[in-house]
Amino acid sequence: MIAFTPNDEQQLIIETVRRYARERVRPAAHDADESGATPPEIISTGWELGLLPSALPEQYGGFGDEHSAVTGALAAEELGYGDLAAALHLLTPNLFGIPLLHCGTEEQKKKWLPQLTDAEFVPATAALVEPRWDFSPHTLNTTAERAQNNYVLNGHKAFVPLAAEAQAMLVYAREGGATQAFIVEKGTSGVTILDREKNMGLRALPTYEVKFEDVRVPREARLGGDAGCQIDLLLNYSRVALASLAVGVARGAFEYACDYAKQRETFGRPIAQYQSIAFMLAEMSIEIDAARLMAWEAAWTLDQGKEATQKAALAKQYADEAVLFVTDRAVQVLGGHGYIREHPVERWLRDGRGFASFLGMAMI
Amino acid sequence: MIDFEIPTPIERQMQLLGMLGEQVMRPIARYYDEHEGERPWEYINMIWQTVRAQGGRTLAAGDEKSSSGEKKPRIGNLIMVHTVEALSWGDAGLYLSTPGGALGGAAVEATGTPEQKERFLKRFGEGEPKWGAMAMTEPQAGSDTASIRTNARLTDDGKYWILNGEKIFVTSGLMAAKESPGFVVVWATIDPTAGRAGMKPFVVESGTPGMTVAKLEHKHGIRASDTAAIVFQDCRIPFDNILGSAEVARPTAGEGAPKGFKGAMKTFDATRPAVAAGALGITRATLEFTAKYLKDRGVKVRYGVPLHQQTAIERDLLHMEAQHRASWLLVLRAAAKMDAGEENTLEASMCKVKAGAVANAVAQKAVELLGPEGYSCKLLVEKWMRDARINDIYEGTGQINRLVVARRLLGYSSKELR
Repeated sequence: MIAFTPNDEQQLIIETVRRYARERVRPAAHDADESGATPPEIISTGWELGLLPSALPEQYGGFGDEHSAVTGALAAEELGYGDLAAALHLLTPNLFGIPLLHCGTEEQKKKWLPQLTDAEFVPATAALVEPRWDFSPHTLNTTAERAQNNYVLNGHKAFVPLAAEAQAMLVYAREGGATQAFIVEKGTSGVTILDREKNMGLRALPTYEVKFEDVRVPREARLGGDAGCQIDLLLNYSRVALASLAVGVARGAFEYACDYAKQRETFGRPIAQYQSIAFMLAEMSIEIDAARLMAWEAAWTLDQGKEATQKAALAKQYADEAVLFVTDRAVQVLGGHGYIREHPVERWLRDGRGFASFLGMAMI
Repeated sequence: MIDFEIPTPIERQMQLLGMLGEQVMRPIARYYDEHEGERPWEYINMIWQTVRAQGGRTLAAGDEKSSSGEKKPRIGNLIMVHTVEALSWGDAGLYLSTPGGALGGAAVEATGTPEQKERFLKRFGEGEPKWGAMAMTEPQAGSDTASIRTNARLTDDGKYWILNGEKIFVTSGLMAAKESPGFVVVWATIDPTAGRAGMKPFVVESGTPGMTVAKLEHKHGIRASDTAAIVFQDCRIPFDNILGSAEVARPTAGEGAPKGFKGAMKTFDATRPAVAAGALGITRATLEFTAKYLKDRGVKVRYGVPLHQQTAIERDLLHMEAQHRASWLLVLRAAAKMDAGEENTLEASMCKVKAGAVANAVAQKAVELLGPEGYSCKLLVEKWMRDARINDIYEGTGQINRLVVARRLLGYSSKELR
């Protein structure tokens, strides 16, 4: 039955994450962007919210019932509303945990999932993106070849968050004609973490290019064992997460622009009382709501266990465009002040522009 | 709860209406586009059986009462938006010519006494096809409804109202005022000095002396539907034909719109999502046709390819599909909120803004994508583009609805944000 109201439990999660985003993340976001690092205590406070453990079953140390993409989408929006770099930082262990939960063998789950429920933030990550314009998750340049009881990985990855500190990394590679994932533990020889990347936005998030040269991992490191992994399912979890994060970024920019427009006066009245500004704000809010509903529907479809690629891809595409539109308009509402880094809207535009290039960098 | 499952009765109904659209509406859509002014009786007579069975409710959302008495969730507005969407998918012009109470009936439903509902709405459950209509717009006043000049004066004995004025853009005005025993709900002021507080709706029965259909418009699209100009010259109607109270409640300082008028504006909360749904019926028809036409000719569409790697045509089609779906979800949200008994003015205007814009953008792009074939009258695509165009205009233009949205978001009154 069609309904659009989060249940009580979800409402509680929204409120908790929103409070964290507003009171802890937001005030630190400007300095984090300038200095290139989110303060560790903000990440550890966020980790204490227990978002990942609550999505993991009790038998693996979690305290969740069932992993729900809808609930994850709701939390992701609030995190994005706080700060995108901090959100992606905090969600990085999900890049390892969610694929294991859905595609891992029993041994893999038993070995790794309990480690992701620690009281301390656990840096585990994944490497999917490759540094080329025509990167596609279905035709990766990174390869995996079977050599007796090992797999040998070769390739070059980019946008790998927290690669330098990660205890373990899920590396996506082409094996035969398909995309598979391999667990690579810290210190494995042949893995080179290159210099930290510099991007237009996400400046507080440490991401790296990583090189794999004849990296040997045991046969058991292949995600899902002989069955392998369902790359499309995992991409859909990523699309829903990114779409929801984009909604959060857009919502933050919209609210800021509204507040500004109601205070800033020209010709004797607040600029929000001019249609040229008011109509922009109206359109921004419509795009945000529309993008959110698209993300929810895709998440719901995933939770139903139905084929969700079409819905998730459209939701992501919609959000990619909506977040750019909204953050760009927010800069415009602030005029010259919007271009100055003292106000956060230009940062949101830099962050927002990235979504069209992001894939596999968040999962919920 | 967050849930996107369509209730089974609606799913079943959509299948039936889809068949009706395909087998009855599509084959005659072009004919009535080219023969503006002819009535599509084959459609009218067929749909009337259904409308009559539902007591003429084509726009007012009626919830069935459960026979066992258990409380079922209300889904009347969800049913309504699905119905309008499906019929508009068949053909928007034909849908608009559907007999029944339409906007006139909705006004009676929303503001009439039980006696008035019985007296005016009973006709839609019996006999031959009849139409209700709503006359609001005047040559000098569209969205600015408070500037309406049509007036109603009480006779000295207090038994009758005398209406004088001119109304335009009355959907189904000809059928409601003249060619069937229907009625027109006319908005008129009983006190021109009182602004909105003096504005009242009156029911004028078909054929009442003094009510004349002065003109039938020739339109860009939705040509199967008649759009009339109606003139009232000393048109006398019984006192009891006023809907709601005859008192003029002058607003005191600090108060917003007067109660009666506000109540009437409330009908927009239900009708705007319905109009948005109609827009998206055309959009879905256009999208499905265009996608299939291109697919049959070897154009591939891949889902999940990032924006920068999509072909131009893929990007257009995926953009159209995403925009359509997003608009439809906004419509569902507005309808579900109304069914839940929650205020939905903001959501209703949001979905109307979005659907009005998307219906146009998608139909206009479809004409482009099909090249010379898109522009040709061989296909219905050019007609769908013309039919779509009204949706950003009627039931509040995109601009007036942006104003409604902005005022709600910013907490401004209509005086503060004009």
